[in-house]
Amino acid sequence: MDVSQYLEVFLDEAREHLQNLNTQIMDLEQDPENMDTINEIFRAAHSFKGMAGTMGYKRMQTLTHDMENVFMKVRDGSLKVQPNMIDILFQCLDALEKYVNNIQETSDEGTEENEDIIKLLNNCLKQEGASAPEASAAPAEEKSAEEAPAAEAASADNGNTDPTQNWRAIKLDDSQQDVLKEAKDQGKNVFGLTIKIQEACILKAARAFLVFKALEELGEILVSNPSAQDIEDEKFEFSFSLIVITESKLEDVIAACKSVSEIETVEGGEADLSNAAAAADTAEAEAPKEEAKEEEKTTAPAPAASTAVTPTGTTAPAPAAGGAKKPAVSKPIVNRTVRVDIEKLDVLMNLVSELIIAKNSLVAASSSEGENNAAFNEQIEYLESTTTSLHESVMKVRMVPIESVVQKFPRMVRDLAKKLDKPMELYMTGEETELDRTVVDEIGDPLMHLIRNAADHGLESAEVRKERGKPATGSIFLDAYQDGNNVVIEVRDDGNGIDVEAVKNKAIERGTITEEQAATMTDKEIIQLLFLPSFSTAKKITDVSGRGVGLDVVKSKIESLSGEVEVKSKLGEGSTWIIRLPLTLAIIQTLMVVVGGEKYAISLGSITTIEDINPNEIKYVQSKEVIHIRGQVIPLIRLNEILDIESTKGPDDNLIVAIVKKGDKLAGLVVDELLGQQEIVIKSLGKFINKSKIISGATILGDGEVALILDANALI
Amino acid sequence: MVDEKTVAETVQYVVIQIGSEQYGIDIKYVDNIVRVQRATRVPKVPEYIRGVINLRGEVIPIMNVRLKMNLDDVEDTKNTRIIIVKLEQQGMVGLIVDEVKEVLTVSLEDVDKVSYEKDEKSHFLSGIAKYDNRLISILDLNAVVSEEKDPAKEK
Repeated sequence: MDVSQYLEVFLDEAREHLQNLNTQIMDLEQDPENMDTINEIFRAAHSFKGMAGTMGYKRMQTLTHDMENVFMKVRDGSLKVQPNMIDILFQCLDALEKYVNNIQETSDEGTEENEDIIKLLNNCLKQEGASAPEASAAPAEEKSAEEAPAAEAASADNGNTDPTQNWRAIKLDDSQQDVLKEAKDQGKNVFGLTIKIQEACILKAARAFLVFKALEELGEILVSNPSAQDIEDEKFEFSFSLIVITESKLEDVIAACKSVSEIETVEGGEADLSNAAAAADTAEAEAPKEEAKEEEKTTAPAPAASTAVTPTGTTAPAPAAGGAKKPAVSKPIVNRTVRVDIEKLDVLMNLVSELIIAKNSLVAASSSEGENNAAFNEQIEYLESTTTSLHESVMKVRMVPIESVVQKFPRMVRDLAKKLDKPMELYMTGEETELDRTVVDEIGDPLMHLIRNAADHGLESAEVRKERGKPATGSIFLDAYQDGNNVVIEVRDDGNGIDVEAVKNKAIERGTITEEQAATMTDKEIIQLLFLPSFSTAKKITDVSGRGVGLDVVKSKIESLSGEVEVKSKLGEGSTWIIRLPLTLAIIQTLMVVVGGEKYAISLGSITTIEDINPNEIKYVQSKEVIHIRGQVIPLIRLNEILDIESTKGPDDNLIVAIVKKGDKLAGLVVDELLGQQEIVIKSLGKFINKSKIISGATILGDGEVALILDANALI
Repeated sequence: MVDEKTVAETVQYVVIQIGSEQYGIDIKYVDNIVRVQRATRVPKVPEYIRGVINLRGEVIPIMNVRLKMNLDDVEDTKNTRIIIVKLEQQGMVGLIVDEVKEVLTVSLEDVDKVSYEKDEKSHFLSGIAKYDNRLISILDLNAVVSEEKDPAKEK
């Protein structure tokens, strides 16, 4: 079977499973008794095994199989979760990740057998193997029985192993029984079939469909369990049952089913009408009970179950309902999603940009027209609001929660804690904060650097912490939140903080700065030295951090995403690294201003207020112009001076000042005129003149003219 | 391979006028030729960059070749054009020239490398093309567009 077309799906899902396993095993370490977690791990390991098997990755399959075995024992209680087991499991996950990476690069799993890990896993099994020899025999059945006691009761009648997976359990309503009787009278055969699909099958629904098709050529399918609709939606485990009316012999029918590939077993027999009728009777007798159970179920966290219950009509939703419910219960309801190539989204985004430029032209044309056409203007306004919402929703499509990046950190911190022999804990908030997909993809490494830094350099060893009266376990916090047009991610630790003196001495020793320079530098400026290439203050180089690559990389990475990094640190109390990233990259809301007859755009996100200032109010601090507003002293920046252009205003005219904010710093930008708010599409100025930092790009105005975008952050 | 040599390879040049001289620009670099339009000034850039213009939704920097070549600036006339060239490194750049004359097809054999006379202007040349009785200087676009100061000037 050619599986290459599924490779991408496999890799995606494998990574999801790995992440899920990582998270769950972390949880398990905290709460080794939690059955939900154990079940979840078992399920993930099981599907992993199935996937790997289907794709023909034998080594991966073996490893997951052994993992599954361990969890089977854990699940039935014959094996207790030990701390050393957690370590082995993490080793397993690392090995699996290596396989996955190998597959991604070479589409081959590689040759690493990971025998030692498998041995360790088997040792785990042996530990308790003697005390509970056969307890693991049928955990799956046990579990399903627990979940559906009513179904079990019904199965007693039939004396069968699994009621929901056998054709004998199919209940018929009156009209169906009539059809059946009629068929029998006509001398046709009525067979019940139970078809089991191989567990490794990827497209269960497609296989089932082929079986249906094969059978329909021979006769008529009277009823199926689960319903045809549920089968189509893959709402079944691995087997389904049918009752067919046909003129062919049983062997032919079974052979037809078996001709479909990836079918494991087909079991069939003459459907006995009286049996079916009797079963129907039981079903009717049980009906009230079932209904009661159903009501209970509606309160359960699986609303989809109720929709999956109506396959065979009104009178007999008996054990069939139980069967349909089972998969619904075991799988949490997942949002319906579509995977889209990011390039397609880029194209869409570009088209939206074009549309916004065209809209801006229309707006400009409508306002320049002398006569006022009310209907026209109305439509323009409508268009304006539509394009804005269109832009917003396209942006939202591109937004993904940073969760996908940060969820690997708890595991990383755990490993770091072991490696560095410092107890520490990572606390994360705001994982749901969303950022543009391209930004999220890039932000992982810088964050990892910062967390490693905090773990290695920031946090003190347990002994030192105790001496200083801190809890022995160090804390690292990762907080993400949205702040206006920015997303802020903070990495904070309660460790030692940055030793400014040590940094200063190191810088002098390295010749980065001279002693005279050092004397005049503020603490803040010295901390900035950390971002210089090849600067590490760790006394000894560890393999965690301190190889001198790091902070400079972090800084340049963040800056390449048009973001910025800031550090706040207090010696003895810890440090905070603040990363500020723009929410969007392509289209922004701006304030259009005029300076010396030229139009400029300033991002609205950085503007806090607009002030009208009398020249008399200007004060001087260190011979620099400042204004004093509402208790704050704000330095003035005369844009016309920075932009080398004559202001059109006289010296006695009132100043229009746009107060802009960067972090907690404020500045007042003096402009000549305000034009108003406008949504603009950011265009690059090109590499040719990408020199001046204060210009972050350009945009095309409604009249086709180009206006430059001022980067307020660079001005402050 | 032998065949290729016998077939005379040709190059097409867009011939432009700057000052009193005519220059050729290899047509493979030319994306477009447009009339002069109002450019938006960009602060803090060298003097020879006039600014940026909007060309079908793209923002393109334009440069005054006269200033770059240390010639006197002149008023735009009705003949003044912007040649939009596309370079691998710098992307799209517009060159303001006095006039666009014609497009010539020249056999490669008739193009000579400049190996003499390293003066101020030849710094921007990559060769000389012979066509009938005329000599046309071929512009080295990378040298024209590069941000380096004219080396001849610094001497």
